[in-house]
Amino acid sequence: MFDNLSEKLQALFKRLRGHGTLTEANIQEALREVRLALLEADVHYKVVKEFIESVKEKALGQEVLQSLTPGQQLLKVVHQELVRLMGEGERRLNLSGSPASLMLVGLQGSGKTTTAAKLAKWLRAQGKTVGMVPADVYRPAAIEQLEQLGRMLNVPVYKPAQGEDPVSISVKSQNWAREKGLQVLILDTAGRLHIDEPLMEELRKIKVAVAPKEVLLVVDAMTGQDAVQIAQSFNEKLQITGVILTKLDGDARGGAALSIRAVTLRPIVLVGVGEKLDALEVFYPDRMASRILGMGDVLTLIEKAQAAYDEKKALELERKLRKEEFTLEDLLEQIRQVRKMGPLEDLVKMIPGAGNIRGALDPTFGEKELKKMEAIICSMTKEERRNHTIINGSRRLRIAKGSGTTVQDVNRLLKNFLEMRKMMKKMGKMRRFAMGRGIPLWSR
Amino acid sequence: MAMIFMREDRQMAGSEEKRGFWGGLREGLRKTREGLVRRLDRILSGKARLDFQTIEELEELLITADMGVGTVQRLIQKVDSTLRGGSGQGPDLIRSRVKEAIVEILQPREAPLEVDRARPFVIMVIGVNGVGKTTTIAKMGWMWKREGKRVMFVAADTFRAAAIEQLVAWGDRLGIEVVRQQHGADPSAVVFDALQAAKARSLDVVIVDTAGRLHTKTNLMDELKKIQRVAGRVQEGAPHEVLLILDATTGQNALSQAKLFHQALGVTGMAMTKLDGTAKGGILVALAWELGIPIRFVGVGEQMEALQVFRAREFADVLLGDEEG
Repeated sequence: MFDNLSEKLQALFKRLRGHGTLTEANIQEALREVRLALLEADVHYKVVKEFIESVKEKALGQEVLQSLTPGQQLLKVVHQELVRLMGEGERRLNLSGSPASLMLVGLQGSGKTTTAAKLAKWLRAQGKTVGMVPADVYRPAAIEQLEQLGRMLNVPVYKPAQGEDPVSISVKSQNWAREKGLQVLILDTAGRLHIDEPLMEELRKIKVAVAPKEVLLVVDAMTGQDAVQIAQSFNEKLQITGVILTKLDGDARGGAALSIRAVTLRPIVLVGVGEKLDALEVFYPDRMASRILGMGDVLTLIEKAQAAYDEKKALELERKLRKEEFTLEDLLEQIRQVRKMGPLEDLVKMIPGAGNIRGALDPTFGEKELKKMEAIICSMTKEERRNHTIINGSRRLRIAKGSGTTVQDVNRLLKNFLEMRKMMKKMGKMRRFAMGRGIPLWSR
Repeated sequence: MAMIFMREDRQMAGSEEKRGFWGGLREGLRKTREGLVRRLDRILSGKARLDFQTIEELEELLITADMGVGTVQRLIQKVDSTLRGGSGQGPDLIRSRVKEAIVEILQPREAPLEVDRARPFVIMVIGVNGVGKTTTIAKMGWMWKREGKRVMFVAADTFRAAAIEQLVAWGDRLGIEVVRQQHGADPSAVVFDALQAAKARSLDVVIVDTAGRLHTKTNLMDELKKIQRVAGRVQEGAPHEVLLILDATTGQNALSQAKLFHQALGVTGMAMTKLDGTAKGGILVALAWELGIPIRFVGVGEQMEALQVFRAREFADVLLGDEEG
């Protein structure tokens, strides 16, 4: 439904052009869209409410940067605020002690056992000696699963005695780890509902007995509104130290991440991004923020456009266009502006829902083409650039030779240039040509 | 071994009698319901009609139950327009209208699974990772076995570590035969062999356990298509049911899951597991509204009898806390 928040916002803000600052009136509707987007992403409604309030507070009265629309400006505030709330730099696992026990807890099916194996592999790659402990005696074949994973990775797995209870398994595994000289021990506990008191009590006992360095809550990225209750219960009972978000390789927007952060204030340490055992990554708050908003990397695009585009030059260009003074020199300037923003294909990819734009763009009109155009114009004299009408046959041949292209290429460029001028004249008359705002060439 | 099964069966049967058919769901949904009821009462007390603030609060309330913004807005519109027509708009009326609207959406999806229309009746169980496919299979198997049907499990999750062992453990516990091959075997081959055997011996129900996979992975969806094709080759019309398992803890992504699995395989039924946590279950309303797929079962607990045939009215009653309904 709200796959394309940024598109909606852009449409909304087109009406709002020309505002100097963000005001209650010009962001209200936009905030509503943001609220809906967050809810659609499964952020808990209370968290959404608070978030919107804080964004509003931060945004109101802000001056809109010259090169941005109010919409882009607000989106920036929203994004920044999301990033700020979701992470405070990199969080490293506490691996002190011998062994350092890491306890994985969570609901059934959140991915604890797979994550245990991934974590073992990840830590071993950092030079640690790691062991795993199957403390799930309830789910059929859970112990067998961890044993198989251990064999695959060549990571030792503690073997519980027949009928041994989880607390005893956890305690005994500590000595086993010391005997084997393991530095890190990963405890895979049974999945349980956060409202299941006896099983939650069992976890608390394990925690007291083992004194783990980390208690990590494993949460499915697809979790809905209940993420708040889940995180709260586990945190109250166990004082979790961090969160691992799993199954992020799907298409879930992952709003649970924000909810969990909001109610526990614990960092999201790692994310699971695939079924393979090396599909474990460090958590990047900025990526997660874009994902939750469902807006691709539009922020990066905004920032790039902002950095690359000089407002004064844009105004000058607008004036020239209106007076039909657009020259080859100006075209060169335009090409350079676009190229400064990075490869064209990459730019297009950054626009969410860019499918139709990609289709509209001539596929040959890529980076190469821009480079060629630049070369051709550079091979012209200053006079030729200012007055294209003097470029006759022999001049064309010289320009082609100078730029390492053909006369046909030069002809095509001139033809395109003339068409562009014609089109711009029309658009200038309609006064809808928005060159002065944001992104050149594509701004609608 | 047989002794052990019998004892377990008795225990399961006993606890079922005690709890009653919908008691399990009621209990499971109590947390959801308590929250909802208390808040619904608070919202509706003294309200004569749906004013702006009431709508806002109602909207939030239903969204917290994972119903989804779009569904909630449509639902409220529906309720609001029926209220405008009538007279005497007390809080009770508003509540019953909200419930009726939900029942109306859910009712068309109420269609219990009939396994007698083919023999063997082949069920292919699919879903993303960790939704509870294997546990649901065990519960279904136990249910039909109690009805005197001859059931077979097929371990076609040859990918995840110890998935085969997990199903075999359930089979042993319930006294249900499990057809298996080694880890890493081609799942379609496992299904092919199993169906041949089931057909030859004229079994009643064959339940195929597939590996969990995210709905966005096309290559893995293709693997499911192949299993489906192979099943149809052994027996005309098989699989008779493509049963999608959804986790009640899942938020709006459940819609995407259902849509993509449906697109790839033509899902014929859905079951929702883990309805025994807190504030959940609303997504079923969104699913019922947006997709024409029958809802077969709801899972409301870890016990064997905690798998129940889906009934729209009961579900809405429990969701909105009207026990008399």
